[in-house]
Amino acid sequence: MEWLRDGVRAVAVPVLATLVGLLVGIVCIVIAGKDPVLAAKAFYRAVAGEPRMFGNVLVSTTPLIFTGLAVAFAYRAGLFNIGVEGQYLMAQIATVVAGVYWTPPAGLAWLHPIVALAAGALAGAIWGGLVGILKAWKGIHEVINSIMLNWIALFTCDWLLKYYLRPDNSRASTYDLQPTAWLKQGLIEGSRLHTGIFVALATVVVVWFILFKTPLGYEIRAVGFSSGAAEYGGISVARALILTMAISGAIAGLAGSVQTMGLNHRFNETSALVGYGFDGIAVALVGRLHPVGVVLAALLFGALDASSGLMQAMAGVPKSVVSIVQAAVIFFVAAEGLWSFLQKRRTKKEVTTA
Amino acid sequence: MPGPPRPSRILSDRTTREKGGKRVGLRSHPLPIDMLLRLEGITKRFGSLVANDHIDLEIEKGEIHALLGENGAGKSTLMNILYGLYTPDEGRIFWKGNEVKIRNPRHAIDLGIGMVHQHFMLVPVFTVAENITLGKEVAKHHILDMQEARRQVRELSNRFGLEVDPDDKIESISVGLQQRVEILKALYRGAELLILDEPTAVLTPQEVEELGKIMKRLVAEGHTIIIITHKLKEVLHLADRVTVIRRGKKITTLPAAGQSEDDLARLMVGREVTLKVDKQPAQPGDVVLEVEHLHAKNDRGVPAVRDVSFKVRAGEIVGIAGVDGNGQSELVGCLTGLRRPTAGRVRVNGQDVTGQSPRRIRDAGVGHIPEDRQRRGLVLNFTVAENAALGNHNAFARWGVLSYQRMVEAAKKIIGEFDVRPPRHDYLARSLSGGNQQKVIVGREILRNPKLMIAVQPTRGLDVGAIEFIHRNLVAERDAGRAVLLVSLELDEIMNLADRILVMYKGQVVAEVAAHEATEENLGLLMMGGGTGA
Repeated sequence: MEWLRDGVRAVAVPVLATLVGLLVGIVCIVIAGKDPVLAAKAFYRAVAGEPRMFGNVLVSTTPLIFTGLAVAFAYRAGLFNIGVEGQYLMAQIATVVAGVYWTPPAGLAWLHPIVALAAGALAGAIWGGLVGILKAWKGIHEVINSIMLNWIALFTCDWLLKYYLRPDNSRASTYDLQPTAWLKQGLIEGSRLHTGIFVALATVVVVWFILFKTPLGYEIRAVGFSSGAAEYGGISVARALILTMAISGAIAGLAGSVQTMGLNHRFNETSALVGYGFDGIAVALVGRLHPVGVVLAALLFGALDASSGLMQAMAGVPKSVVSIVQAAVIFFVAAEGLWSFLQKRRTKKEVTTA
Repeated sequence: MPGPPRPSRILSDRTTREKGGKRVGLRSHPLPIDMLLRLEGITKRFGSLVANDHIDLEIEKGEIHALLGENGAGKSTLMNILYGLYTPDEGRIFWKGNEVKIRNPRHAIDLGIGMVHQHFMLVPVFTVAENITLGKEVAKHHILDMQEARRQVRELSNRFGLEVDPDDKIESISVGLQQRVEILKALYRGAELLILDEPTAVLTPQEVEELGKIMKRLVAEGHTIIIITHKLKEVLHLADRVTVIRRGKKITTLPAAGQSEDDLARLMVGREVTLKVDKQPAQPGDVVLEVEHLHAKNDRGVPAVRDVSFKVRAGEIVGIAGVDGNGQSELVGCLTGLRRPTAGRVRVNGQDVTGQSPRRIRDAGVGHIPEDRQRRGLVLNFTVAENAALGNHNAFARWGVLSYQRMVEAAKKIIGEFDVRPPRHDYLARSLSGGNQQKVIVGREILRNPKLMIAVQPTRGLDVGAIEFIHRNLVAERDAGRAVLLVSLELDEIMNLADRILVMYKGQVVAEVAAHEATEENLGLLMMGGGTGA
């Protein structure tokens, strides 16, 4: 059963890569002169020691699910969306506007989070779609223009914050969202886990559905695999590229909206990109571009992220070691990609020449 | 067991190595000296598939030996074993009389075995000389000596009449010349035995002619050549001896002289094959495709189609003959929506589709068997079922949801009616052989019942059995009242199938010839521009 073998390998490989990555982490901990057993205990406590700890892991996981999905989705069309950062920021501003300045009519308070999310998704879609339009229209490489749009987004947000969205000049953040626009916390006692996790999981389902169950998903995957064949098949490559980037941007935007609505409830001044977008690239790769894989990879990265504090406090493990583990996992997954690429080339040769 | 691989040098010390080989050979084996290579009972399995089943093969020094077989018969596998890409499960290889185990291509090259693959392995932005010396760079005090490299390449090229300029960039020279660069690469590394894998698949008739001359010259200079092919004509034309392989087994080895195409085809396929298509005279009906004063440019912006006008009626096959690069691809691009014409009109069933998108043109009833099945005709990383929906995927959706069930049904129909092997709708298109990939495309396009079928090189690279099958289907299309436009570089194919033949030369249709008046000579002349004055 070939599909079964493929399936097993698709799961086994990232798992193995993760284990090897963790091994590298242990070696690093030993080299740093710390106790790996103590570090493991700290990791366990930080992840599953108490329900609220696990809640915090999920808090870290939530944005990564979105950004990982955003990257994976674009990747399916052969696009490298490195502009998730910018889409994320633009969405936060849009969400702030919808959450601060719009008051839902009486009795329709439930609409407020939906509108705020939609505003963020729309802003992300526009910011991502712009990349797609430039690519489809003028052939400008998406990596170049999405990186530049990241910086444009960063400074646009800064400008909007400083000139329009803050109550007074002494504050480094916008007005707070009206509580009706908040995503409720308190799913797990003592943790800041909010309902954004459900939005994330719903998005996973939607992305999976679009990719594998709709004509649009068919078109996107066809373009990603072979734009020549897609064009031959009557698929508008330009349309697919633009829609892919818009949807990817919308997903990235939801990450920003959910963070704003669930945790901060405002937009804070920032002088640097937040990094979720770049982590999203790693999550997408480790998750092998599959929606379900993205969830698992986000969980892993979320756990590493959430545990770094306690590992430092309990076992004296520097935060950078956690980063090394993350990097090692990515490295081994990518190396496996290389390996299976070679493997495929070999089997391909065998099949065509047999 | 082989000794340590001898460092291979350029041609100058080929003779010393030959002597060394012969000495060892004479001591260990009483074989005649002119037996360059002997394979004994070579067996290679891939899982349950036996690609090579106890194959024996003897290659004499200085001969051109054709390895003939259908796609998937196992001839490439055998040669890949010889080139060190695969290790045989059983069997022995004797090179110049002594047994060798060829570990990898490097080892094969060191022994003096060179291979030119069907898909070239050249760096497009490097020059000819740079490509040839790549990996064996000429250096003086650790500094590249390109002057010397160029000189060596030029000398080698002149010696064998290959006529390549060491300073040309690969991307700017024709496929035929690129192939010569590959041959030079092997010679540069000291190859005595050259394996050419389907060398003519990518060549125009003229280039095939040139290649033939080069091969004769190489043999005259003491080289030995194995060509892997499934083209009968070439075997008769080029080879001294031919070994036929069918389903992994060696059928026979024969001298090529005195054989006929039909004999070889029968040996290769294992049954009687009709190379000529049986067909009744056409009964043309209404005009389906109407092209008027069409102009188009190629990718470099140079006019490639110039004032082309013609009609194709229901129930006839119109063939477009011509040497590659005379505007056929651009013309087809305009007819299928993949290229925008700069002027003129295209009508399908009276409907103006000039410059419309591929989707619109498909919807107007045009089927398209594209020239490049791997880049256009299939999404190789899609399954066969997913590919069955290509070009029409919206029809597989209900309420915005794709029905994989219906794709699978469509795929099963194609697989059943067009004999796709293996009959698996869940395999990636990538994993099918070229012939079966083509069957999927042909099946898909035919089963969609187009009013006009545009078939471009529909049998390129296919074996006799598959060609026969596809030809019969195209004639059946015609007889079912469809209009068929056949564009092909193979004159045989055009003459076999078409009812009327248009000849393209430098972007223009220079002549129309009725099929019964067409001969290879008069078409060939027209294709070379010989009829433009008329």
